[in-house]
Amino acid sequence: MLSEQVQARINRELKKYPADQKQSAVMSALRFVQDEKGWIATEDMTDIALYLGMPQMAVYEVATFYHMYNLKPMGRHTLTVCTNLSCQLGGANETVDYLKKKLGIGLGEATADGKFGLLEGECMGACVDAPLFTISNKKMCGRLTPEKIDQILTELDQS
Amino acid sequence: MINIEIDGKQVESERGSTVMDAANKLGVYIPHFCYHKKLSIAANCRMCLVEIEKTPKPLPACSTPVADGMKVHTHSEMAVKAQQGVMEFLLINHPLDCPICDRGGECELQDQAVGYGGSASRYQEPKRSVMHKNIGPLISTEEMNRCIQCTRCVRFGQEIAGVMELGMAFRGEHSEIMTFVNSSVDSELSGNMIDLCPVGALTSKPFRYTARNWELSRRKSVSPHDGLGSNLAVQVMNNRVMRVLPVENEAINECWLSDKDRFSYEGLNSPERLTKPMLKQDGKWIEVEWQVALEYVANGLRQIGSTAGADQIAALATPHSTLEELYLLQKLMRELGSGNVDFRLRHSDFTADDHRSGAPWLGMAVADINTRDRFLIVGSFLRKDHPLLASRVRQAVKHGAQANIVHASDDDLLMPVMSKSIVAPGELANSLAQILKALAAEKSATLSGEMQKAIEAVQPTAQAVAIARSMASGERAAVLLGNFAQQHPQAAQIAVLAGQIAALCAAKFGYLGEAANSVGGYLAGAVPSGKKGMNAAQMLASPRKAYLLLNVETELDMHDPQQAMRAMYAADMVVALSAYKHRAAEYADVMLPIAPFTETSGTFVSSEGRVQSFRGAVKPLGEARPAWKVLRVLGNLLGMPGFDQDTSEAVLGEVLPMKDGAVSIAGKLNNHIAGVAVQTTASSNSRGLQRVSDVPVYAADAVVRRAASLQLTRDAATPCAVMHSSELLKLGVQSGDTVKVNQGNASARLTVRADDSMPVATARVAAGHPVTAGLGAMFGAITVERA
Repeated sequence: MLSEQVQARINRELKKYPADQKQSAVMSALRFVQDEKGWIATEDMTDIALYLGMPQMAVYEVATFYHMYNLKPMGRHTLTVCTNLSCQLGGANETVDYLKKKLGIGLGEATADGKFGLLEGECMGACVDAPLFTISNKKMCGRLTPEKIDQILTELDQS
Repeated sequence: MINIEIDGKQVESERGSTVMDAANKLGVYIPHFCYHKKLSIAANCRMCLVEIEKTPKPLPACSTPVADGMKVHTHSEMAVKAQQGVMEFLLINHPLDCPICDRGGECELQDQAVGYGGSASRYQEPKRSVMHKNIGPLISTEEMNRCIQCTRCVRFGQEIAGVMELGMAFRGEHSEIMTFVNSSVDSELSGNMIDLCPVGALTSKPFRYTARNWELSRRKSVSPHDGLGSNLAVQVMNNRVMRVLPVENEAINECWLSDKDRFSYEGLNSPERLTKPMLKQDGKWIEVEWQVALEYVANGLRQIGSTAGADQIAALATPHSTLEELYLLQKLMRELGSGNVDFRLRHSDFTADDHRSGAPWLGMAVADINTRDRFLIVGSFLRKDHPLLASRVRQAVKHGAQANIVHASDDDLLMPVMSKSIVAPGELANSLAQILKALAAEKSATLSGEMQKAIEAVQPTAQAVAIARSMASGERAAVLLGNFAQQHPQAAQIAVLAGQIAALCAAKFGYLGEAANSVGGYLAGAVPSGKKGMNAAQMLASPRKAYLLLNVETELDMHDPQQAMRAMYAADMVVALSAYKHRAAEYADVMLPIAPFTETSGTFVSSEGRVQSFRGAVKPLGEARPAWKVLRVLGNLLGMPGFDQDTSEAVLGEVLPMKDGAVSIAGKLNNHIAGVAVQTTASSNSRGLQRVSDVPVYAADAVVRRAASLQLTRDAATPCAVMHSSELLKLGVQSGDTVKVNQGNASARLTVRADDSMPVATARVAAGHPVTAGLGAMFGAITVERA
């Protein structure tokens, strides 16, 4: 079952679309679920399909099409490091290596305590700040150095 | 109309049509994969690129609308280069190992690669691979590697089957056709996706690697299952049916087949086939020669006829039997002096028999369904009982028609339903009376005095009024009676009321035929006429001394199997003409092996009154013989006149004489019932549960019951007892518990499932299935208790 908060957010979203085109809200609905629990489980997709009156396969198509939907647990804070060319020139590979060592996980994995997940991402249009990562697709942190990363991780750990 | 030129040839095409349509009209072939005339346009394979003058780049013919003066070249340098380029890209990830592919030899990609591709590949890099997934017992995705992402299967699900079970997950190079996480494809039309697949990605699980396309000979036939009469291509190798494919017939099945029609052939090769005549002697079955068996039958019939009277002999046949078989059976019975013959085995109300003006039929052509704008569908498990007809209703609804339902069960029809009245079976007639009353008010029409009086007391509910409004607002309405309505104990009244509703809104009124020959049985005269002879219910209610069973599996095919089995056990002689060894072995004295539809010639008259004859596709198995021949020889042995037909065509000629080289039966079809009084009782409020029974789609006839792959589908799962959750609460059981279902003096243990769309005070318990075969009538009181 979708939580009340998620349902309320979806309902708000639905007001933007004609009543007979509820499936327009599918991307938002997936996002709300991921905001709440960090990832989207199979049951969540089934629930969304029921809620929006669309085939579950159609929800699955959308959820698998976009990389920013996590279909497996990716930790409470998912760090997505851009590894495209500009960021690589700016030291993104070193950033990834440092994060891997620091968190003890590989790309596409989450820490055992479920706090952090590490992903590789595509260009976020902020090459000037390279190297950079986003936190759970919401907040972008640029000009990363080992010290700055340590500080961010500590802050996130305590939040 | 718009004039365009394709490869120098002029063609007129409708405004809004595409270059592909125009080319098809002209007979110019443009290669394509994703384009299919019955599906929406995707334009994603790019194979149909053509050159159009005054455009700088090649354009896809399937999605380019025609414009006046357009000049199209399908073989110009630009077009050929484009086609070759697209083909090279399509083959990048497609394995180039046609000889080991199941589709090899009948593959659109293979053919077009030969026609439009290069002779060698320049691509040296690794190809992508896609893991196969299990999506059910009918469709294999073993070679998903071969998929070219045309999405025909996806669009078929969305647009024709009405349910999107396959989709394209992931993206770009990682795109994959798959179902939702670990789901199976359960649509009753799923097999069509195999036909649609232009490559070997979706293949038929039962057929895979059993034969090559070029080894098969193709024989035309007609589906023996539902009343639609789908045209089949039966493919044969070494005198064995290997596969069944559709034969395109726009007026009937278009280019589709239901899974039942497509995969039921497995039942033809079942190990349960009866291949030798058998006699029971001292309780033991022995194989005998035909002559011995037939003489035994003739003697037995003669003896019982002379000692106990001919009216002690009764004949029952399934409506899946051919017209010729039904005709000779009734002729044999009437020559014996008995009128006890019937093919309506699951019916329970025969009061309309003396009041009919003709054989009940669909009331219109099948293709007319697409043109209706209002539907009232009464008592029908439409999707499962008539899969392709349901699809036509779905298409009509998609184009703005409104579907209204009166039924005892609220199954998902995979289409929007305008209004529905879901009531207990006993309330079905009442519900129609309400709609009739509301409709009369809506239309300010006056009904006949009798009818007016009959519906005086009913109070239309809100649903009834909504249905009446919907029906009244249409211009081309249709009222259709399903199997459930025809099997109902008040079938005649339901038909009269439905007929009245149809008359008030100038609608077409029709019966959805339960089986291939539901209309043909009437034309063959395989029904009692007047006071002479008993109908199916009477023959069993007052047991006869001898029964002739044609294709009948008593415990599965009858309205009240309990009563029927009692009659069989009590009879002095039971002769079972059957293609299979079945429970007749317990009660019969003789079993005569007869040929199923692929092994005999014959005729089916479909719901819409289409007379379709077919020939045998293979020789009868073992010593099985076509039933019409068996009956003819039996007639000869009994010294009866008129049993000297040499061919099934000669029999057909007797039933339906040819006039000017064509058979015309239009005058014999009439749905009008005169003189049946309607009594609407105020709701009876009986305290017990009423049984609602469907015949599961893959349990409807002897052949499909033995089709191994169909029996593994979800539709063939062991039936549950389905009830409203408040009934479960009363019983103190939960969904998933086992309950004991009692009817008459027998019971069945079933899993119970809660479904709040069921009317209260009803329990849905399927008929036609071995686990419920011991129970009584398909309608009426039933009790459920904790097991």
